[in-house]
Amino acid sequence: MDSQEIKIREYTSVGEVSGPLIVVQGVEGAAYGEVVEIETPSGDKRKGQVLEARSDAAVVQVFEGTSGLDTSGTKVRFTGETMKIPVSVEMLGRFFDGLGRPIDKGPEIISESRYDVNGAPMNPYRREYPNEFIQTGISTIDCMNTLVRGQKLPIFSGSGLPHNELAAQIARQAKVLGKEEQFAVVFAAMGITYEESNFFMKDFEKTGAMERIVAFMNLADDPAIERLITPKMALTTAEYLAFEEDMQVLVILTDMTNYCEALREISASREEVPGRRGYPGYMYTDLAMSYERAGRISGKKGSITQMQILSMPDDDITHPIPDLTGYITEGQFVLSRELHRKGIYPPVDVLPSLSRLMNQGIGAGKTREDHSGVSNQLYSAYAEGRDMRDLVAVVGEEALTDRDKKYLEFADRFEREFVTQDRDENRSIEETLDLGWDLLSMLPERELKRIDDDIIEKYHPKHRS
Amino acid sequence: MAIKGEIIKVAGPLVVADGMRGSTMYEVMRVGEERLLGENIGLEGDKAYIQVYEDTTGIKPGEGVLGTGMPLSASLGPGLLKNIYDGVQRPLMEIAERSGDYIERGLDVSGLDVNKKWDFAPSIAKGEEVKAGQIIGTLPESKVIEHRVLLPPRINGTIKEINEGKFKIDDPIGTLEKSGEETPLYIYHKWPVRIPRPYIEKMEPDEPMITGQRILDVFFPIAKGGTAAIPGGFGTGKTVTQHQLSRWSDTDIIVYVGCGERGNEMTEVLKDFPKLIDPKSGEVLMERTVLIANTSNMPVAAREASVYTGITMAEYYRDMGYKVSLMADSTSRWAEALREISGRMEEMPGEEGFPAYLASRLADFYERAGKVTTLNGKVGSVSVTGAVSPPGGDFSEPVTQNTLRITKVFWALDSSLADRRHFPAINWLRSYSLYAEELSKWFDENVAEDFTSNRKDAMRLLQQESELQEIVQLVGPDALPERERLVLEVARMIREDFLMQNAYHDVDTYCSIEKQYEMLKVILKFHEYASDALGRGISVEKIADLSIRDEVARMKYIPQEGVEMKLKEIYGEMDKEFKELA
Ligand SMILES: Nc1ncnc2c1ncn2[C@@H]1O[C@H](COP(=O)(O)OP(=O)(O)OP(=O)(O)O)[C@@H](O)[C@H]1O
Ligand SMILES: Nc1ncnc2c1ncn2[C@@H]1O[C@H](COP(=O)(O)OP(=O)(O)O)[C@@H](O)[C@H]1O
Ligand SMILES: [Mg+2]
Ligand SMILES: [Mg+2]
Repeated sequence: MDSQEIKIREYTSVGEVSGPLIVVQGVEGAAYGEVVEIETPSGDKRKGQVLEARSDAAVVQVFEGTSGLDTSGTKVRFTGETMKIPVSVEMLGRFFDGLGRPIDKGPEIISESRYDVNGAPMNPYRREYPNEFIQTGISTIDCMNTLVRGQKLPIFSGSGLPHNELAAQIARQAKVLGKEEQFAVVFAAMGITYEESNFFMKDFEKTGAMERIVAFMNLADDPAIERLITPKMALTTAEYLAFEEDMQVLVILTDMTNYCEALREISASREEVPGRRGYPGYMYTDLAMSYERAGRISGKKGSITQMQILSMPDDDITHPIPDLTGYITEGQFVLSRELHRKGIYPPVDVLPSLSRLMNQGIGAGKTREDHSGVSNQLYSAYAEGRDMRDLVAVVGEEALTDRDKKYLEFADRFEREFVTQDRDENRSIEETLDLGWDLLSMLPERELKRIDDDIIEKYHPKHRS
Repeated sequence: MAIKGEIIKVAGPLVVADGMRGSTMYEVMRVGEERLLGENIGLEGDKAYIQVYEDTTGIKPGEGVLGTGMPLSASLGPGLLKNIYDGVQRPLMEIAERSGDYIERGLDVSGLDVNKKWDFAPSIAKGEEVKAGQIIGTLPESKVIEHRVLLPPRINGTIKEINEGKFKIDDPIGTLEKSGEETPLYIYHKWPVRIPRPYIEKMEPDEPMITGQRILDVFFPIAKGGTAAIPGGFGTGKTVTQHQLSRWSDTDIIVYVGCGERGNEMTEVLKDFPKLIDPKSGEVLMERTVLIANTSNMPVAAREASVYTGITMAEYYRDMGYKVSLMADSTSRWAEALREISGRMEEMPGEEGFPAYLASRLADFYERAGKVTTLNGKVGSVSVTGAVSPPGGDFSEPVTQNTLRITKVFWALDSSLADRRHFPAINWLRSYSLYAEELSKWFDENVAEDFTSNRKDAMRLLQQESELQEIVQLVGPDALPERERLVLEVARMIREDFLMQNAYHDVDTYCSIEKQYEMLKVILKFHEYASDALGRGISVEKIADLSIRDEVARMKYIPQEGVEMKLKEIYGEMDKEFKELA
């Protein structure tokens, strides 16, 4: 498509301005998805994209918003191109705005390779199944919801919860055991505050990772519609680094909630039939177009691991944003306000959390042979302990059997000793699993039904000492 | 005559063209200069509304549209098995060869390998009268499946010529004559995917599809030729359950449709199936499998077509006399594709924005399941299980509700079970199978005469448990009388030692129907002994403490060969331990 003949056509026939959209009349041959350049009456330049192409008009979404645009003095140039970004390793260590323009006073990126930001669907036949264990040093992740390289695993959070701290800690500590490889972090900010983005940058700087970062920044006071393109810029860059430059790329997308709000705004302006809670019916597909750009390709060395951060409106996991995300991603880490209130960091509630690719990345030769058993047993014991807590709230602790009391105590210790760790505490997988055994050993051995006998013989503290 | 028109509007996957009078509904169209594949889904005066199966970015009003005169059709012939297709039957392996790691558009690839030669042996002779749908010969398609070459439905006549030998799909294998007109015969034919393939009559499904999954086979069985819905919020186990069904079901052919879901899930099947051994045939599972993968990031319109492509292939193998099972994951994504296209056509939206015809589309789809007498007299079946992904996990939404009105089996997934890693997270109190009664006879005759009564006993215990749990929630477990506390103990054994089944455990992943029966029987036997012991004044605490319970719990991990031995041991030990409880 690169060789497309570029016919530049300019129009001044803006017929209607509505929300983030303009309708340009009398346009001939505007292509669906084509990029347009808009010049405001005051000479300001903006970018837009054709959302609907008709034989006599084009509906255009304006990324920087329509304020200052009018129906008489606005010029619209159709570029004949879809949205593209020049990509190169020179991007490492650089900062861009939400549309990919440098904001760090560095030079423009010049490259032969200009990639279409929409990408193309990866052929499922060419995918390589992710199976390499990433040690994050965080027990609730490594043991309970193991992350593997090439996975897409979001953090479901809420306002005021330490999702940024957790994401930064993961980015800092994540490593594949026994490997020294080129890594990169592609960071896409969508509508987050300056403080939040600064937090990440400071953290990256502290660890000397700054040269390995590419950042795309659309902050809270940047145009809302622009953030619809930001993740696409980031993922296009990531694809280049991973599959052309053989790097292990971690993409952090934050905050997807702001992205979805922008999507809703466009949809409302177009007067589309709204889906659940006003979000467009195609939001699932739209999100999938970005989220599915994670993974590995057979025969290629690099990989794209994606971590989306989103704040659940009202802490409601059934809200369309977390809900549709969970339907696409390969699991989720769910942060809990209740644990946070108790002062527990990281406040990961393991019960609704999940890593769907975990089974591929654990076990003998990858983590340790007891991993799956320990994890399953910790799950069932903690779930049972939590049930007991609910029960005690009604009937009091006296009504519990001895067995029930043990589980109650287990749940407390699990939260205090296993879930809780310091913000720079980096536990090895062995330490994490041993800690798990420590807790499990407070239960009668026969209760450990999810662990094979020979594994118990080998790893249970009672048999080990 | 091919109709030629001109694009007047492009809105995502929907293209509107003018000058299309004479074009027909569901006709395949070539859209724009890149000749993207599309299909008419609405006609209005000179205008045609076309859903395009490829990304429409860059397409402009003014570009041409060309009718093909053909409805969207599947190519049905050898080579479907072991293949993986997108929603409109383009082979992904072939696409990878042409366009590499990513799927480019405008690729024109044939659904069946045009170069491969197949060993065809006719089963009819020159001069023979043949009827529509008749088997005219066979060829080995995979290690386990003999491909029975069918005369296309709606065609009949006299065989003028028929040859044995090696043929490519485009080589004629003979000719058919009817009223002086000659038609060449091939080892494949095309069939429009939106039209059900004809058969002589539907029969009552009366045989279970054995899945090797305990909760399904014992409590909520699906019949061969039946329909089941499996709704559940994200992460509750729709995909794993459907993968399990396609691995272990005792049908001849599996058609797995990944409709708008994850790419890696299809990769997982591609990686596993060539290694996993089918317990029935002893060959690898891939030998009987057709995969359709139109993942969530692939074009939405092709997602809509994918379920039809899949069910047409399933009917085709049914017509050869095979038992076929189709899994669609997820039908909600198909319904959403309908909604998206309908919205772009500015149709009047129904409930939650879905088009008013959602219910009838779902019904028409599931209606294509069934056990039938085929046109050639053989009996074949298509079973359909559809995953449903309700927003927020709330089953009151339109896709779940409309599906449940049609399907006969309901496997209700429950996030609270999934959260505690009780898998399969199928809620035993909410789920049902309308086949259970009819199939009882089969189970009692073919497995054991007390199969059904055991199932009923076990279900009764689970129901009692849930009633007792309510009391416990109010007053604590101490307040219950001994006999009821025993019910709680035994119900827990049923839940943990029988219903829970780990798809990732080498042994537990598949459980033969005989072993299923034995496992449940052991637990019920324990209940009998224990009730008796209670009668002798022994406390539940003591009973719960018996070490035989651990043996029962580990039964699921005993490989098939060792089951019989283990059972003897368990019964012996059980008898001993209870006797010793004085
Ligand atoms: N499959 C199961 N395995 C183990 N325990 C179960 C199972 N199903 C139900 N229970 C028990 O029943 C209790 C109540 O079930 P469940 O939590 O599903 O009810 P709920 O209505 O969802 O409760 P809540 O309103 O607290 O979420 C559970 O806490 C658990 O003790
Ligand atoms: N039968 C099972 N045995 C073990 N784990 C299971 C089983 N069913 C589901 N799971 C677990 O639940 C996760 C989510 O299941 P999946 O089928 O992908 O959910 P859904 O398709 O409903 O979103 C899986 O990745 C797996 O960890
Ligand atoms: Mg509960
Ligand atoms: Mg799924």
